[in-house]
Amino acid sequence: MAEQRDAANQATWIDRFSGLPEARRSLILLSPAFALIGAFGLAPLCLILVYSFLVPGTYGGVVWEFSLDAYIQFLFERDIFDGTLAFNASYLQIGARSVILAGLAVVGCLLIGFPTAYFIATRPPGLRNVLIFLVTVPFWTNLLVRTFSMMLILRDQGPLNSILMDIGITGQPLSLLYTDFAIGLGLLYSFLPFMVLPIYASLERIDFRLVEAAYDLYANRWKVLQRILIPLSLPGIAGGCFLVFIPSLSSFLAPDLLGGGKHLMISNLIAQQFGTARNWPFGAAAAMILLSLVLIALMIYARQTARRERKVV
Amino acid sequence: MTKVFQAGSAESVTALDEVSLAIRDNEFFTLLGPSGCGKTTLLRLIAGFEQVTQGNILLFGDDVAGLPPHKRPINTVFQHYALFPHMTVAENVAFGLRMLRRDKAEIRRTVETMLTLVKMPELADRKSSQLSGGQQQRVALARALANHPRVLLLDEPLSALDLKLRQEMRLELKTLQRETGITFIFVTHDQEEALTMSDRIAVLQAGRIQQVGTPDTIYEQPANSFVANFMGETNLLPAVLGTAERDMISCLLEGGAEVLAQPVGNEAAGSRVTLSLRPERIVLSADPGTGLAGRITDRLYRGTDTSYRVKLEDGPELLVYEQNVADRSSGMSAGNSVGVLIAPGAARILVS
Ligand SMILES: Nc1ncnc2c1ncn2[C@@H]1O[C@H](COP(=O)(O)OP(=O)(O)OP(=O)(O)O)[C@@H](O)[C@H]1O
Ligand SMILES: [Mg+2]
Repeated sequence: MAEQRDAANQATWIDRFSGLPEARRSLILLSPAFALIGAFGLAPLCLILVYSFLVPGTYGGVVWEFSLDAYIQFLFERDIFDGTLAFNASYLQIGARSVILAGLAVVGCLLIGFPTAYFIATRPPGLRNVLIFLVTVPFWTNLLVRTFSMMLILRDQGPLNSILMDIGITGQPLSLLYTDFAIGLGLLYSFLPFMVLPIYASLERIDFRLVEAAYDLYANRWKVLQRILIPLSLPGIAGGCFLVFIPSLSSFLAPDLLGGGKHLMISNLIAQQFGTARNWPFGAAAAMILLSLVLIALMIYARQTARRERKVV
Repeated sequence: MTKVFQAGSAESVTALDEVSLAIRDNEFFTLLGPSGCGKTTLLRLIAGFEQVTQGNILLFGDDVAGLPPHKRPINTVFQHYALFPHMTVAENVAFGLRMLRRDKAEIRRTVETMLTLVKMPELADRKSSQLSGGQQQRVALARALANHPRVLLLDEPLSALDLKLRQEMRLELKTLQRETGITFIFVTHDQEEALTMSDRIAVLQAGRIQQVGTPDTIYEQPANSFVANFMGETNLLPAVLGTAERDMISCLLEGGAEVLAQPVGNEAAGSRVTLSLRPERIVLSADPGTGLAGRITDRLYRGTDTSYRVKLEDGPELLVYEQNVADRSSGMSAGNSVGVLIAPGAARILVS
């Protein structure tokens, strides 16, 4: 008896739900996702935004008082004695270094990633899957561990330097570690799969009979690449560049470990401000600046995609 | 030449087996054969996408073995068209000329002429991915012709078109070939297409050439039973050779009926052969007394003609086509006894 009543109750509950209008139904179903994104995504972001307009507390934290100082500090230095503002490029340099290193990482990943993806896409299907699987192998290990191993390789006494010395390219160990070069290499290594995978995905979809048709129409290898392969894999290339640029720009580990904390990128600046420097509003402002850089990159990407779509349709 | 795919491995496929062909300049040459017989492979060898396993390919006297596809004065209309989806129709047609670094004005002029030739100048700025099958086929044709190659390879270019358009394009292609003087190597598995368009036809089966000749030779004098059977309908009849009478030789069918055929080679009397007898060469008479005695077992109206199945007394069953001419509606139907007239020379003795 009780079971039957339960079943009936349940039925009415479901009936009532399915009776709701479509929009209401989706709202109810999506509400857990909204709650999660709101609580752990949007709320902290708003908090950071608010903090960036406040005054730093002496021992960390914030004083609830409106101020634009955090943003001004990014470009100017306030004289301790008379309080006048003088232009200070050091933070701007960190921002510029972040953008340049991320850009170089994109270029490097593209130069290595495209041929790699092309190589994989032109193998027999069975081998292709194996190779793609191998591309994802680095993801099995923690990025921190991988960055540490990069440090070991680049050290003065590391394998790279001993090889260079053995083959006589250099007499003394080159100081590779703790340089911009090391950071760039670290970014390249960390995010290369993000370039290879989307390019592979779009190359794999290309009908390679089109390549034959181009050869038939007197195109040489270079022209085939330029006129057929690159245009047809452009969505993958754009996606890959974007996927490498964003995490590179906000990368923390590579500059922290491989740059030795001397060559800061914007994420290290943020960490520093929230940590040792105890200037939360400045850290928050730097985070907002990073966010806007990312948004600019996103907008460029979206514009490009929209233009391409218009052209295709 | 010979082409073996995955030579040496367990699953090696001999796609072409000692094929030898001489195609003349300005010729409309057709490769005809059933699916999988090696037609596309042969074209790919000529275009340079595959390398011959054994033998060589000469193009106007020069061995092209080491020449990559983009260095051969050959263009292809692919079985699957292979238009570049990211380019417009005009860009597709201009592609070859651009690669040849032709003058801009010349390219524009040629593209215009080509698109007019294939009757779609108004679609020049369409993306090639937005065309119907027939339109794509025309663009593929224009794209290949624009470079004015010395040889044009066409791989079943009409197979995706509907009957009406196909018939129209057959005429257009034929005219085009005559006007441009380009050598066409045309692939098809449609015997009617081959017969109507070609100067010469090579019939392929299982990687081997069965016969090369003009359409009427191939149709009237098939070299073997495969060619006879593949080129339209035919009755293949086992027979025993009798004695020669004047310029004809008598052949005895099963059941004793006698048919006169032109002798080929010097087959001895009493040897077993196969006769090919085209259904349209047999005439039926309502009077069972004339010719060979037979009985109609089946009758099928087919528009331009009527097809009958006629069983000879104690002998084989024959397929017969009778033109539906207005004043000759014979009114014969299944079950009727008829006379079967086979003119001397209508049947052909097949060597193998
Ligand atoms: N790359 C390849 N590897 C192995 N075998 C192949 C390859 N290409 C073709 N073949 C085989 O060679 C034979 C001839 O193929 P081909 O494509 O030339 O046939 P076709 O006459 O063009 O047929 P269709 O009329 O269906 O287009 C077939 O048995 C095919 O399976
Ligand atoms: Mg084929």
